[in-house]
Amino acid sequence: MSTISRASDRISRYGVLLLALTLVGGLYTAFYAPKSSATEQQPASSQSMAVKEGRDLFLTGCSTCHGLNLQGGAGGPTLIGVGASAVVFQVESGRMPLNAGEVQAPRKQPKYSVAEVDQLAAYIQSRGGGPTLPPGSLTDGDLAMGGELFRTNCASCHNAGGAGGALTYGKYAPKLQPASPRVIYAAMQHGPESMPRFGDNQLSVAEKKSITRYVSYLTKAGQPGGNDLGRFGPVPEGLVVWLVGIGSLVVLTLWIGNRA
Amino acid sequence: MSATTHDDGPVLTGEPIAPTTLGGKAVAGSAAWMDDRISGSNFVRRSLNKVFPDHWSFMLGEVALYSFVILLLTGTYLTFFYDASTREVIYAGSYLPMKGITMSQAYASSLDISFDVRGGLLMRQIHHWAALLFMASIVVHLFRVFFTGAFRKPREINWVIGVLLMILGIVEGFAGYSLPDDLLSGTGLRIAYSIMLSIPVVGTWVAFLVFGGEYPGDAIIERLYAIHILLVPGIILGLITAHLMLVWYNKHTQFAGPGRTEDNVIGSRLFPAYAAKAGGFFFLVFGVLAALGGFAQINPIWNYGPYDPSQVSAGSQPDWYVGWLDGSSRLMPNYEIRELGHTIPLNILLPAVVMPGILFTLMIVYPWLESRFTGDKGYHNILDRPRDVPVRTAVGVMSITFYVVLLLSGGNDIIAHVFRVSVNHTTYAGRIGLFVLPPLAYVLTKRVCYALQRSDEELLHHGIESGTIRRLPSGEFIEETVPMPVPQRLALRGVESDRPMLQGPTAHGVEGHATGPGHGDLHMVETAPAKVRGFFFEKKASGSTAAPRPESSTPELETSGRPSQPE
Ligand code: HEC
Ligand code: HEC
Ligand code: HEM
Repeated sequence: MSTISRASDRISRYGVLLLALTLVGGLYTAFYAPKSSATEQQPASSQSMAVKEGRDLFLTGCSTCHGLNLQGGAGGPTLIGVGASAVVFQVESGRMPLNAGEVQAPRKQPKYSVAEVDQLAAYIQSRGGGPTLPPGSLTDGDLAMGGELFRTNCASCHNAGGAGGALTYGKYAPKLQPASPRVIYAAMQHGPESMPRFGDNQLSVAEKKSITRYVSYLTKAGQPGGNDLGRFGPVPEGLVVWLVGIGSLVVLTLWIGNRA
Repeated sequence: MSATTHDDGPVLTGEPIAPTTLGGKAVAGSAAWMDDRISGSNFVRRSLNKVFPDHWSFMLGEVALYSFVILLLTGTYLTFFYDASTREVIYAGSYLPMKGITMSQAYASSLDISFDVRGGLLMRQIHHWAALLFMASIVVHLFRVFFTGAFRKPREINWVIGVLLMILGIVEGFAGYSLPDDLLSGTGLRIAYSIMLSIPVVGTWVAFLVFGGEYPGDAIIERLYAIHILLVPGIILGLITAHLMLVWYNKHTQFAGPGRTEDNVIGSRLFPAYAAKAGGFFFLVFGVLAALGGFAQINPIWNYGPYDPSQVSAGSQPDWYVGWLDGSSRLMPNYEIRELGHTIPLNILLPAVVMPGILFTLMIVYPWLESRFTGDKGYHNILDRPRDVPVRTAVGVMSITFYVVLLLSGGNDIIAHVFRVSVNHTTYAGRIGLFVLPPLAYVLTKRVCYALQRSDEELLHHGIESGTIRRLPSGEFIEETVPMPVPQRLALRGVESDRPMLQGPTAHGVEGHATGPGHGDLHMVETAPAKVRGFFFEKKASGSTAAPRPESSTPELETSGRPSQPE
């Protein structure tokens, strides 16, 4: 449990940072607002320095595919209105920026720091809004409720142990072990690829926080029974009994047989 | 092993009688003591002097026996804490993520075993690993028996018992898998229920009878518990006893070798050599299982959660020994017959009822099928080397290939996920593989058998390369060969090795001999249609097969009367 609460401490620190940045940035952008803002809906006060930083990051790292004005293009879809959560999910899990050529953008080593992710998120959020992560700790929900909700809503794709699983035609639900609480929560809000979107009326904020807590526990707390064999269930168990069980015993019978 | 049923079989004689080792003498003394009190005959002494041949592959069956013993021991421990009740309770044990969740008593007690009973998790894990090992060792034991022809007369009954044990093991394992009443248990039971429903006419009736009404009902766990800890283990125990008594009565088979004939057994005496070895081996099996139970997690029921019909987890698989049926269902296209208001779901009926029914029947009758084909009605106590009976070996490898394709298809979603291929492609690959790979395996195996026969022939006729290079006066270099040592030669030559004329170095170079048991089985020559027999034991080794062997005209007898020829 201590790992989880430490993680949530870190997250609330990020939350404070994000808030501070937004305030400072709001003053800044009062003087320096982006020009081509046809979809501008935010009041000027919520613009920020983060938005400005985010815009710079976006122009260098993302605009080749998503267009200079987030309008999208041949390389990628429009990002107007996808919301901060989508950015957190895609960039913090290393999926974006994308390498071309895969059925599904795989998780990679993230290219941006968490602070930079927040700047990108603030920028893209400023252009059309969309879902954002709720303030406060993301993991202060109820563990048992999270478990039940996870098994009902998520295990059919991600496996009850969080090991992930194959979907049709080469698509897959990834394993959840590397996901940070932010990415877990953002995944539910964003609904990437074939994953359904769990809006606040499907799963309330408290329920999503419970799931986030459970998934963090499930994947980080360790398993009591020894090596978890990848958590894929009976298939690796069968493999182990043949390779290790029968394998070692055949070697032992040969050994005994030789000492006849 | 009960004294009354034991009798030295009429078939074999020739066990060494007097114990010579020190331990042997000590035991002989106490055996005599026992005999004086119990039987009046020298049964105990004779039993302890019973001879078992040594070959590593003869110990595979023992792995199954010892796993079963471990299943009994760990299973009994589990019964102290397990409560097979579907009564709903609210969990209050020490596993945090389940606190306050409503679940069945069966699931709650399984969680308690895992988290709150001392040594409980270890016992559960050893029990489950032992179940997997039990089934795996039955299967490898069966391979050994099949490929060496050990199922032939007079051991057909034991073959049938073996197949029954395997089927009962599957049933027992499935029942056990269902007991914890977690999500996987329930998913498995639901599939079992729909398999029962798929049977035409009686399906619904059978399913309701077994489940005590509509699925899931609240009777099934208690029923499975009785089946799991009483009924099936009882039958298995009885069959194992019969199995071992028959091994005792028929005596163990042996591979050809110096002094070994159809009429004797050469090996170590039961006591002390064999008993020490077997006892040691029990602890090795136990050690492997304890290590698995201690270090490798199996069936983490706390992750799957209590059974809830609205949930299903990715990667829900049965244990490996049921995996082939899951695989056949996954490969089967989605056909149904709708007639007169009834639906016959062929997509379940064929892969999960008809296919295994046919395969198990074929397995059970195989000894008779083979003897029908070869016309071989004789007794066999000397084992075949697989290469010497290419068709049987090829049939075996073909069947294993078929089975493995099904087994892999049962895990195709995991394979697809781990190797990043499309599940759809693995399904197509399985469908094609199921029909293409087995015949391929058949042809390849036969070829490998011939190649091995040929290399044996080579060794027999030209000897072993010695590594000494010699220069001939003509300037040519040759490598010297030495004739094979007699024991090895006898092992290669199979049954007929025992013929006096082949004993000793002079036998080297006897030409015109086809070697191997296939040709030594003379009774066949007289009974089987030559063509069929030729197919089964076909031999492509060097041209020497053509010449008829003069000594073929004296059929070897299977009856006793021959003294043993210990080496
Ligand atoms: C090589 C081209 C490429 C680059 C560079 C790239 N993206 Fe993307 N992006 C895509 C494509 C293609 C998709 C949609 C397919 C997918 O999600 O795999 C996408 C999807 C997204 C989405 C989800 C949109 C939705 O509607 O669900 C977000 C958010 C996103 N990108 C953000 C970014 C950010 C931020 C960057 C810069 C750090 C970036 N992308 C860089 C190609 C790119
Ligand atoms: C229909 C199947 C499906 C369901 C149901 C589903 N997911 Fe996903 N999930 C996916 C797919 C597919 C991806 C990969 C998206 C991508 O690569 O862009 C994913 C990705 C994720 C990730 C990102 C993992 C990473 O690599 O960091 C998280 C976290 C996640 N899902 C959590 C959940 C949670 C929590 C639920 C239940 C509330 C859930 N998912 C339900 C299919 C599903
Ligand atoms: C061939 C013999 C047997 C096989 C193949 C077998 C197999 C299994 C399997 C696969 C399980 C599920 C284990 C789990 O992960 O929880 C199980 C559970 C169980 N078995 Fe067996 N078993 C055998 C014999 C026995 C015997 C002889 C007993 C009792 C005397 C027994 C008692 C139990 C009990 C009580 C459980 C439930 C444990 C739980 O839910 O935690 N088993 N068995």
